[in-house]
Amino acid sequence: MTETIRVLIAKPGLDGHDRGAKVVARALRDAGMEVIYTGLRQTPAMVAEAALQEDVDVVGLSILSGAHMALVPRIMEELQLRGLADLPVFLGGIIPRDDIAALQALGVSAVFGPGTESQSIISYIRDAVRSDPG
Amino acid sequence: MTSALAGDRQATARLLTLVENGHPQGRVALAALYPRAGQAHVIGFTGSTGAGKSTLVGEVARELRGRGKRLAIVAVDPTSPYSGGALLGDRLRMRDLADDPGTFIRSMASRGHPGGIARATRDVITVLDALGVPVILVETVGAGQAQVEVARVAHTVVLVEAPGMGDDVQALKAGLMEIADIVVVNKADRPEARQTLQAIRSARLRGRFTERERVSDATPAVDSVAAEWLVPILETSALQHTGVADLVDAALAHREYLVSTTLWDSLRTGQIKADVEAWLDDELRALAHARLGEARLAEAIDGVLRREWDPAAAAQALVRDLVVILNSATRPEVEQEEPTQEEN
Repeated sequence: MTETIRVLIAKPGLDGHDRGAKVVARALRDAGMEVIYTGLRQTPAMVAEAALQEDVDVVGLSILSGAHMALVPRIMEELQLRGLADLPVFLGGIIPRDDIAALQALGVSAVFGPGTESQSIISYIRDAVRSDPG
Repeated sequence: MTSALAGDRQATARLLTLVENGHPQGRVALAALYPRAGQAHVIGFTGSTGAGKSTLVGEVARELRGRGKRLAIVAVDPTSPYSGGALLGDRLRMRDLADDPGTFIRSMASRGHPGGIARATRDVITVLDALGVPVILVETVGAGQAQVEVARVAHTVVLVEAPGMGDDVQALKAGLMEIADIVVVNKADRPEARQTLQAIRSARLRGRFTERERVSDATPAVDSVAAEWLVPILETSALQHTGVADLVDAALAHREYLVSTTLWDSLRTGQIKADVEAWLDDELRALAHARLGEARLAEAIDGVLRREWDPAAAAQALVRDLVVILNSATRPEVEQEEPTQEEN
């Protein structure tokens, strides 16, 4: 019986810079995970629906546009609407330190800034999945 | 399982995970759901990487949705043989459908099954079928055996070709045209599309298409009515949104053809036969390992290494031993031989 970790990597909003997301996606693949990469311009509903249909273990959002405080609450709401409130969500991109507390209050369980080692994200995901009763 | 039957999408998604992972709960659900399967029209899309399969599948789905049909898309991407991970990027090409309530998209990794249609994929399709999804689009990895394997699950096989791969059409070279029910030259907006179309049409004229041996020989032959499916060769362009309606028409017509000629039933019989045989292989191998024990197997392999016999002879000897063990276990006067402990 296999238990491969499935991760959703999405770029919500109008942000077009996807190199970081792709680097992370490939790193996770190389770490043995199955990465559902949804690409650019995902609406909050699209992100949540993908997370639901693909029954992922964790959601990773890449936001470099500065719109995280507008997007994250809506994404968390869409996840909640679908009964996915317990799904671990992590954020990557350009996130000012001052916003981290607010994001965590919204339910984001980790924030990874530029220059993060892929290994940190990999470890975070493995821990998050292990501890999730799911 | 009952929630999934009632239309709960999260329950469906979770059930698919259990089934994909070979979880005992998944097995139970699958056994319970199986009798309901067999109604869905499964359309398989195959063809080389770069032919634009994902985008085309997305377009076909949009067209079907426009005609009011609920559907599911199962998109398979290759698992990396090195890491065991995978990048599942087919949703990328299906943005418009991502939050459409009438479409369910599931991305799967081939998980060590290079042909791309592992049991997991077949089981996922069965579950969606059993849950009442009327049309299931299956997109496979583009390489080699996958193109033949898709015929294992699909009623209608669509071979997607892309222009610009030289004068030779990839599928023609590999002799894979025979499995296609519909051939599509995608990216028809490209100038090279003309040549590709020509190459395929002339191959057709040389009679490469008229016999299709995908139907199992397990059923009596269909009566030799002139009803024969002539494989249409279509052009599509996702960019220009052309040809997709014709493709959908052809796929639906193919379904009609299968149903009206009872080939629908023979296809299903063939698929079931193949599935039962595959399970039989697994069960027998598990039985052999359990009753013979790893030590005896290792001994047999050592014999081959020492050049005492070849693998075939080794296997035959093992089977003889197995038969002895099984026979002695059923004879009451002979001392019962304890089955060797084997983890399940």
